[in-house]
Amino acid sequence: MNRYAELTWQGLWKNNPGLVQLLGLCPLLAVTSTLTNALGMGIATIAVMVGSNGTISLVRQWIPKEIRIPIFVMIIAGFVTCVQLLFNAYAYGLYQSLGIFLPLIVTNCIIIGRAEAYASKNTLLPSIYDGFIMGLGFTIVLLLLGSVREFLGQGTLFDGAHLLLGDWATVLRIEIVKIDQSFLFIMLPPGAFVVLGFIIALKNALNSKVESVFEPPVESEKPQRVRVSKS
Amino acid sequence: MMYLSVTPSPHNLGTNKTSRVMASVMLATVPGVATLIYFFGYGVLFQIAICCLTAILSEMAILKLRQKDIAINLKDNSALLTGILLGISIPPLAPWWIGVIGTCFAIIVAKQLYGGLGFNLFNPAMVGYVLLLISFPVAMTNWLMPLELSHVVLSFSDYISAIFTGVTTTGLSIHELRLGIDGITMATPLDTLKTDLTLGLTSGESMQKPVFDSLGGIGWFWVNIAFAIGGLALLKLKVIRWHIPVAVLGSLLFFSLIGYLLNPDSQGSSIFHLFNGATMFGAFFIATDPVTAATSNKGRLLFGCFIGLLIYVIRTFGGFPDAMAFAILLANMTVPVIDYYSKPTTYGRGGNNE
Repeated sequence: MNRYAELTWQGLWKNNPGLVQLLGLCPLLAVTSTLTNALGMGIATIAVMVGSNGTISLVRQWIPKEIRIPIFVMIIAGFVTCVQLLFNAYAYGLYQSLGIFLPLIVTNCIIIGRAEAYASKNTLLPSIYDGFIMGLGFTIVLLLLGSVREFLGQGTLFDGAHLLLGDWATVLRIEIVKIDQSFLFIMLPPGAFVVLGFIIALKNALNSKVESVFEPPVESEKPQRVRVSKS
Repeated sequence: MMYLSVTPSPHNLGTNKTSRVMASVMLATVPGVATLIYFFGYGVLFQIAICCLTAILSEMAILKLRQKDIAINLKDNSALLTGILLGISIPPLAPWWIGVIGTCFAIIVAKQLYGGLGFNLFNPAMVGYVLLLISFPVAMTNWLMPLELSHVVLSFSDYISAIFTGVTTTGLSIHELRLGIDGITMATPLDTLKTDLTLGLTSGESMQKPVFDSLGGIGWFWVNIAFAIGGLALLKLKVIRWHIPVAVLGSLLFFSLIGYLLNPDSQGSSIFHLFNGATMFGAFFIATDPVTAATSNKGRLLFGCFIGLLIYVIRTFGGFPDAMAFAILLANMTVPVIDYYSKPTTYGRGGNNE
C-alpha cells in the first residue's frame, strides 16, 4: 500500500474519526437531526481540516514544541472564522440552523488531533490529503447518521436542502413515508446516541469481511519458533 | 435393600423459579387491569395484547440474532411481563404503533442489548414508556376520561377501530372522545391539577372540577386500590418484599405531607398523591423488579425512599404530570452506588474488631 492509499484506508474505515476514534461527538450528535444539517457540517469540517492541516504542515518547523497547542488552535480558529463568515454570507438559513455548532468546530478534537498527530510531522501534500480524507470519513458518518435520523424522525430526506444548496434544491426533498407525529426521541441527542451505537455495531460486524478484502495480510515479523515447548 | 441417597444441601428446594415469579406478578395485575377496564373501557386490553405480542416476537427475533436458545429464554415469561406492564401504562386508545415501538425498544435495546434478563440496568418497561412519552407526548397523554363522565358509549368494535385507524366506527376521533359534555377536554386528575395551577387556580378550586371526586380522581382511586391489592397478594406469596413498596409510599406520603402543610393552595394532598396516577402500580409492580432494584434490605429502603422523593418533586415542580417512570429510571441509576454502600457485613466481620 502506498502512502495515499494507506491514508485513505485509515481515514475512511480503519481509523474512522466518527466510528472508531469517536472524536467530535458533540457536532456528530447535535447537528445530525437532518441530512442537510449533516451535509453542511461535513463540508465545513472538511474545509477547516484541509486548511488547518495544510497551514500547520507549512509552518511546522517554526512552531516551538512547548506552545504548539495554542498555535494550532489559533490557526484552526482562523479557518473556522472564515468558514463561518462564508456560511453567513451564502447559506444563511443553514448558518442559523447549525447555530453555535459552527463556531464550535474550533474545539472539534478530530481537527486538533490530526494537526498534532499528522500535519505537524509531515509535508504539505500528504497533510492536506490526510485532512481531506479524515474530514470525508467524518462526513460520511454524519451523512449516514443524518439520513437515518431524518428518515426515522420525520420520514423525509433532504428536508430543507435549499438552505444549503440554493432554491433549486427543494426538488431534492424526498418524502418516503408520511408521518403525522414526528418521532421526537430520534430527533433529540439521545436518539443520536442510540443510532450511532447501532452504526458502530454494524461497522464492527462488517469489520472482518471488509478488512479481508482491502487490507493485505500483515506479514508477521516475529521469528518463527523452532521448538515449541508444552508450557 | 433400602437405598439411601446422600445429596448435599440445600434439601428444601424453593419453587420460586423465574418463570413462576413472573407468572405470579402477571396474575397479580388482574385486579388492577379489571378496574381499569371498568372505569376506562376495553382499550387497555387491546394495548396489553398488542404489547405482549410484540414483546414475544421481538424477544424471539433478538434471541435468534444473539444465537441463544429461544425456547428456554422465552419460557421465563419476562418478555411477556414487560409487555403487560407497558400495555397497562399506555393510554387505552393510543394508536397501535405506539405499543409496538415502545415494546420493541424495551425488549431489544433496554433488555437484550444490555445482555438479557438479569443484566439490564434499567427497567425495560419503563424505558419503553419514557421513550414513548418524550417521543409522542400528545398521544401518550391522551388518557380517556372515566366512562361515567363520557357522553359517548363505545362498543367493542369502536375500540378496535379507534386503536387501528384513529377513529371510531361512527367517525369520532380520539380527541372528540375526550371532550366532556360541556365541550372541554378532560385530562387525568394529575394533569388537570398541573394545568390549573399554571392558570392561577388554587388546588382547592381545581378539585371542584368534574374529574375529581371526594377521594381524588374519579376511577383512579379505585384503580390504585386494586393494584395495591394485587401488590399485597405478591407480598403474601413472598414474590416481593415489603421494603420497596413501603419505602416508596412512606416517603411519598412524608414529602407530600410536608409540601401540603407548607403550601396547601398550590399542591395536591398526600391522599391525592398516593391514590393517583401510577403510584400503587409503580410501587408494587415496577419498583420491585428484582433485576433493577437494590439488593440488600437497607439498600431497598433507601432505593424506595429515593423513588418516593423523586415522584413528589417531579409531580410538583417538574414538567410532566406523572413521574413514576422517570423516578424509577433515575433511581435505577443509583442502584450500583446504593448496593456498594449497603453491602451487608459477613458474619464475624465488621464492628470494632476489624
